[in-house]
Amino acid sequence: MNDLSAENANNIVLEIKNLVTEFPTRDGTFRAVDDVSFSLKAGKTLCVVGESGSGKSVTARSILQILDSPGRIVSGQILLHSLRGIASDADGPTDLARLKPRSNIIRSIRGREIAMIFQEPMSSLSPVHRIGNQIAEVLRLHEGMSKKQAWAQSVNLLDQVGISDPAAAADRFSFEFSGGMRQRAMIAMALACNPSVLIADEPTTALDVTTQAEVLDLIKSIQAERDMAVLFITHDIGVVAQIADEVVVMRQGKVLEQGDVFGMFENPGHPYTRELISGARDLDQPAAQRLAARASRDIGELILTATDVRKEFTISKSLFGLRPDKIAVGLKDASLELYAGENLGIVGESGSGKTTLARCLQRVYDLSSGTIRYSDRNGESVDLGSLPSSQLRPYWRDIRTVFQDPFGSLNPRMTVAEIVGEPMLVSGELSGRDLQMRVEELLELVGLPASAAQRYPHAFSGGQRQRVAIARAIGPRPRIIIADEPTSALDLSLRAKTLDLLLSLQEQMDLSFVFVTHDIAVVRYFCDRVAVMYKGGIVEVGDSETICSDPQHPYTQSLLSAVPRPDPLQRGNTRVRYSESVD
Amino acid sequence: MQAPPGDFVTALSASLTARGEQVDLVQLESIRERFGLDQPFLVQYWKWISGVLVGDFGVSFEWRQPVGELIGERMALSLILALATVLFTWAVALPIGVYSAVKKYTIGDYLITTIGFIGLATPNFLLALVLMYVGVVHFGSDVTGLFSPEFRNAPWSFARFKDLLAHLWIPVVILGTSSSASIIRIMRANLLDELPKPYVTTARAKGLSEFKLLMTYPVRVALSPFISTIGWMFPQIISGSVIVSIVLSLPTAGPMLLTSLKAQDMYLAGSFVLLLSILSVLGMLVSDVLLALVDPRVRRR
Repeated sequence: MNDLSAENANNIVLEIKNLVTEFPTRDGTFRAVDDVSFSLKAGKTLCVVGESGSGKSVTARSILQILDSPGRIVSGQILLHSLRGIASDADGPTDLARLKPRSNIIRSIRGREIAMIFQEPMSSLSPVHRIGNQIAEVLRLHEGMSKKQAWAQSVNLLDQVGISDPAAAADRFSFEFSGGMRQRAMIAMALACNPSVLIADEPTTALDVTTQAEVLDLIKSIQAERDMAVLFITHDIGVVAQIADEVVVMRQGKVLEQGDVFGMFENPGHPYTRELISGARDLDQPAAQRLAARASRDIGELILTATDVRKEFTISKSLFGLRPDKIAVGLKDASLELYAGENLGIVGESGSGKTTLARCLQRVYDLSSGTIRYSDRNGESVDLGSLPSSQLRPYWRDIRTVFQDPFGSLNPRMTVAEIVGEPMLVSGELSGRDLQMRVEELLELVGLPASAAQRYPHAFSGGQRQRVAIARAIGPRPRIIIADEPTSALDLSLRAKTLDLLLSLQEQMDLSFVFVTHDIAVVRYFCDRVAVMYKGGIVEVGDSETICSDPQHPYTQSLLSAVPRPDPLQRGNTRVRYSESVD
Repeated sequence: MQAPPGDFVTALSASLTARGEQVDLVQLESIRERFGLDQPFLVQYWKWISGVLVGDFGVSFEWRQPVGELIGERMALSLILALATVLFTWAVALPIGVYSAVKKYTIGDYLITTIGFIGLATPNFLLALVLMYVGVVHFGSDVTGLFSPEFRNAPWSFARFKDLLAHLWIPVVILGTSSSASIIRIMRANLLDELPKPYVTTARAKGLSEFKLLMTYPVRVALSPFISTIGWMFPQIISGSVIVSIVLSLPTAGPMLLTSLKAQDMYLAGSFVLLLSILSVLGMLVSDVLLALVDPRVRRR
């Protein structure tokens, strides 16, 4: 009946007009989505990009009316143009914004017309139901299939999303799956009823780059097969450049700019868009500050040498020693050198052993075998690997850590002054008035106001908290800082700023960095040399520019080819796949 | 059992003296000898525990009857009472806890919370007295004991079982009130933890009805800590029901345990304690097995 109008609408499947969503709170109403309009076309991908808190997720949830309480749609329209066989107003589209969140009609649209996948593949699946049953549930609900049919179809869907041995996989639980497999299962669930719109809310953010590339490929191929409209929400400009047809840039609930992806990357209209794109591109090259510093001063002596460091974890002890204990090798004989004043990156996917190596370097973990030689301020060399923990204290002041999660690594019951001052207070170095002055000095160094000292961590944003953590780390005047993914919890614009801060501290304090990350762009920006890790071993070490432009090891090649480049013209570069073990 | 000074005989002579009767020292000595109370503690214990292993719990001093006969039915009735109470508690606490969590911070939730705290704070025996009063005055029913007089010593039959059910509800309600109140709180807290989790949103995005998704996902997951309550509820009900049992004169294990302890009736008290310990261990086992059935994460580890 609607052939003509559908053609006129240029295959528009879903149209959002002037959407406003608010969260009433005690301190007044928070407008999370403010006058947002865009439309989704069949077979096309629309990327909504923005930093955390920009209202992109709330927009997506408004469409399905699955907002967290107390959020509600205040005004605007969400027009769904394709409605298969559900009784609605005779002609014309259905306005989802006017449906009640619990009504039958919106429920028949959820999962059937419009399906959604989420960011956290771990917690987005029920831990106590079999994967097959969770998928079959959708089919039984919307398609009225019998239990048996639905199960068979679930197995079929798992096969379509590329899960090997789908029959066995359907019978498993989500915690037995890897992150990538879970996201595949989520996609299978979303595809069950052949929806006309797929909403993907940061579906690859929690995944490794190689897994991300595979999931993106999967979504692409399924979209082409079924002529589906995809609404893809992300904060990653690189991903946008790789998959989008159209882009919507959001900040503080408002749409700043929207348009064709090639046009936008070519000629961004809004200054914020320009900032986002250039921010991503800046990170994709060496930091000017670092190059300038290296030019004026050479890299120093060898300061830390790890030789054949091996770390085994006991998984389960056998009863009475009857069988050998179950052991997992976290680190396979890794050797690494760190020179004074250099930035050494350790890059790899989750589970590759990079954090284990970092902890061994600091001797927080006991080594199973190998040595870690550290030459101290007086040039005396000592093997940290064989020292008992009681003698490690002075070295722990020389080698300090900044952690990934700025929310978890600061004690919420201590003021910033107490947090930053603690290492110096504990060592007996400073106290009272002197300590207070030193804390103020440190806060100034990391770019925080002196007034921050008396406040608690919850009063600060993620980026500011990470500055507090950095101030704490540099307090006892260390020589080496081991930074374990210090920027991965931060928004893109804060990443470069934090890295620049670390670089300027390096110049002022003569620091060396061991920088653990999964983000190749950050390596290129920040690190002089890089070690690539895979399955507990180091596969390649070298100058970071050389490795980024001309990787030798096939694993490094596959890793680099999976990184989404922030340039839509560089799409479809051939990907290298690597899956062998390095044994 | 041996810790308090004296033994069954001294306790007996004390109670005889209290009643103003003559105490014959020679006779007491012969009782002591007959029961083997003059032997060292370890010998007495060995005699008893080796009997227990072959099903002989020894003889009660006070009742002059084998312990097995004395406590058999009482333990069975205690067990029935405890089971009924657990089932009652779950039946009451589960839906109320779910309601309370889903409608958190509404009038309904506050009302339930208030009633719950009152239930938690009311001593069981007080509730027993009130219910007895209400039962007798307003319903004219026979509320004490677990059986009507004509069935009290009758052999087991269907009619006797029906009679038991008719009497059982009062102690079940009394014992169940306070444990329900605490389990409602547990259920509410568990569910409140689960409700904001992403898998609930996933289920909602599938198009499930609010009730069905609630029951299938968060309630199912929140059930795990709920099931582990069975482990501690079981022994608690049996030993915690002593006062209520005395007030309602229930023929369960509690009151007899108390008198046997007072009279230092060693074998009787010892057997009770032993059986209660076994019950606690069994309760834990049952809850662990149930937990593994409900939660696959427990099974695989």
